[in-house]
Formats: sequence, C-alpha cells, structure tokens
Amino acid sequence: MNIFKKDKRKEIKNESPLEIKRSNISNTSSSSNKSSVKLRVFRINAVQNHNDVPHFDEFHVPVKRWTTVLDALLDAKSYQDSSIGIRYSCRMASCGSCGMKINGIPRLACYTKISDLDTNTITCEPLPNFPYIRDLVTDFSRFFDHHKSMEPYIESNDGNEDDTNKGTFSFYQSPEDVDKYLQFSYCIKCGLCYSACPTVGTDVNFPGPQALAQQYRYFADTRDESKKRLDIVDDRHGIWRCHFAGSCSKVCPKGVDPALGIQLLKSYMLGISKNDKVPAKKIEIDSINDSNDSKGSSNIE
Amino acid sequence: MGQMFFLVESEYKVTSSDFKNNSNKSKQTTRWFSNITLLRESQIMKIHYITGVCALFVVAIHILMRLIMPFNMSLEFENVILNYKNIFYALLLESILVLIAIHGFNGLRVILLEIRQTLIWERAVNILVIIAMIGIIAYGTRTIIIANGFSLG
Repeated sequence: MNIFKKDKRKEIKNESPLEIKRSNISNTSSSSNKSSVKLRVFRINAVQNHNDVPHFDEFHVPVKRWTTVLDALLDAKSYQDSSIGIRYSCRMASCGSCGMKINGIPRLACYTKISDLDTNTITCEPLPNFPYIRDLVTDFSRFFDHHKSMEPYIESNDGNEDDTNKGTFSFYQSPEDVDKYLQFSYCIKCGLCYSACPTVGTDVNFPGPQALAQQYRYFADTRDESKKRLDIVDDRHGIWRCHFAGSCSKVCPKGVDPALGIQLLKSYMLGISKNDKVPAKKIEIDSINDSNDSKGSSNIE
Repeated sequence: MGQMFFLVESEYKVTSSDFKNNSNKSKQTTRWFSNITLLRESQIMKIHYITGVCALFVVAIHILMRLIMPFNMSLEFENVILNYKNIFYALLLESILVLIAIHGFNGLRVILLEIRQTLIWERAVNILVIIAMIGIIAYGTRTIIIANGFSLG
C-alpha cells in the first residue's frame, strides 16, 4: 500500500507542520514568547578544507522559557542555515552526544536552558581538546582510545570459563558494594570533563579524567578481579599528571565527580588506602531458580 | 581566544587514523622506556610528596633560627660561618639542600614532560634533571663542607 499519496505530499510541501509552528510563534502576543537571542555558532570545515579559516556565524532565533541551546541550534539549522554541523541524539542528557562549549564552558546543549545562561548572546563552539571535524562536531577517536586503554570491562578470574559463558553464575553484591562505584558508573562519555581538563590541553598521552575515573569504577567493583588496573595508570603520563584542578567535576552533567575517583585511585597507589576489596561471591543461577524459597539451597562459592 | 584556536588547530591537524598509529607507537615506546627506569612513577611521586612535606618542616626550622638573635646580626659573615660550624645546623642545611633539590627538580621534570611528548624530549628531560639534581647537591654539599672547615682566624 502506497501511503505517500500525491495529494498528501503536496500538503506536506505547502504546509509543513514546522512552518505552521513557526508562524504561530511569531504571531503570538505573549511577551515571553516573542523573545529571541543571538546565536553565534563556530564554523569550520576541517575535513574538506584544511586551510579553512574558523569564523562565527550569527543567527537570531526565537526562544521560550524552556528553550534549550540544542533547540535554538536546531531552529537555526532548520530555518536559516541547514549546513550547520551538530551532533545530537537523545535530547535528554542521556547519550552525551551534544557536548559543546557554550559561553566558554563545556556543557550539554540539550541540558542547557537559554534562560539559565542569562544573556542575549549565546556563543557555541566545539569542545576544546578535541580535533575539529566540522562546525560543532569533533573527533572523539582519541578520547575513546584512552577509554579503551583502561580495559573498561569486568575481568573475572573464574577458572571454569565454560560455565561462566553458559551464564550459570551470578555475582552477589551488597548495596554497600554497589555504592562504592555506582556514581562513577553514571558516566555517559560526553567528553565534557576531557575538554575541561587543563592537562589534556598540553599532554596528548594523558588519559583524561573520564578514563581515569572509569579505571577507578572498575577497580572498586567487587566483581572485577583484574590485578593490573593500577599498573595501567601508573605511567609517566598517567594518573600522576592530574593536578587536581577540579574542572572535570565542575562540568560533569551526571554528577560523576571524576576528580574524586582519581584521588581515590591515587590513595590506593600511594598505600594510604588499603585494597581490602573482597571479591564478589558467585552464586549458581540454577540453584537460585530451583529453590522457590531461596533459603540455604544456593551454592555460594 | 584566537590564540587558543590556533593552538588547537596546529596540534590537532592529524586525522584520527594518524593519531591511532601515533598513540600506539608513543605508548609502546613510552612503556618500553618506562620499563628500564629505576623507579615507577608512583614511587617517584611518593618521594616527591615526602620531600615536599619534610622540606616544609626543615625550612621552617631554618627560618625560626633567624629569631634567636637580631636579624641584622644573623646575616653577619662570622655568624653565618658559625652556623656552618655547628654540625647539627650543617646537617639541617644539607637536608634542606637534598630535599629541595629532589622536590624541585622532579617538579620541573613533570612540567617539562607535560609540555612536549616525544621520546627524545622525555629522555633528555629525565637525564638532564638527574644530572642537575646531582650537580646541585654536590656543589651545595661542597659549600657546606668548606664552610664547616673555614677558619675565621
């Protein structure tokens, strides 16, 4: 069945829902809905033109009380300049795609309301410490490489790998065990902390606060039994190049506090904190499923 | 802001594929070199923190010693030499020299390593810092020994 009938295509072409929405906005009499801001967007095309000179383009976009910077950018992209390069996805501070420098501070565009900025001029620039691709889109390859170098996965020294692969074991973690690493697991890899870090700006081999905080996240996890986590970051350009500026924690949109994770990891490496982590107990799933009362019939290793 | 753009642009001209090759290479060489160093970075930083705290105490004692006599008198040549002739004070000065030299030159090494990250630069920084540290400690110790044996008469 062809749902794209000719008459419907005409309707869409002539009266776009977005056009109707935009005309409604301009015709409203409410003073709060008539406000607009000046959007200064950083423009560069580093991939297609290596000699491109970076510059700013200005757009005037209408805003309401709840308009976010992402909304404003998409408005400018939809109605004024469709060539604006911008990366976004979830629009709810969950994916971390829309990170950029807004009025000098790395923020998530979807999570930053224009009313909170308290200014009529919004300057949007790509995240610092990341290579340009185009306009507000940056290259995250190095960032992800640093993250991968931390081996960000649970390593369990279960001798019987076949049973583990079959999913017959489950880890038992108490709420106290989970609390030790939970806040660091909220990281969405948005790159704001990496862009705010002053050490990253000068040392390309420095992993960055995100990678180091994730290293602590897995180090503190009782399910992880890797013995080389501290060795990975005990490098000339590793964790010791962090000088505790604290910018990373200040810009983190999820409250991860990477600076805390880094200092906690340093305390373990200096011997100030003792590594008394007890590996998580392994429970056979089959025995849990068999016992409906779940009392004493599970084999805990 | 213009300078920041220039810094970012000049440093990040490489493509992501170039970076992957370079990053693996630099990491391998850095790790290879770090394998032949005498101390791990955590051990070096532990020494750095301990020398910093200890230097604080000994320098505080050194400054407080200036209060045992009028300030102008404490800077007279004979009084300074008498300080060196006191074995305990000479040891205090020697400890200040060693602690400050280690702490200061290691701090300089860290700063220089953060500025540039090439193998030649890192090797040169490490070697020069160690040579400078040993040289300053040797020259300062020589001064203390000579002053300790200096006769006013």
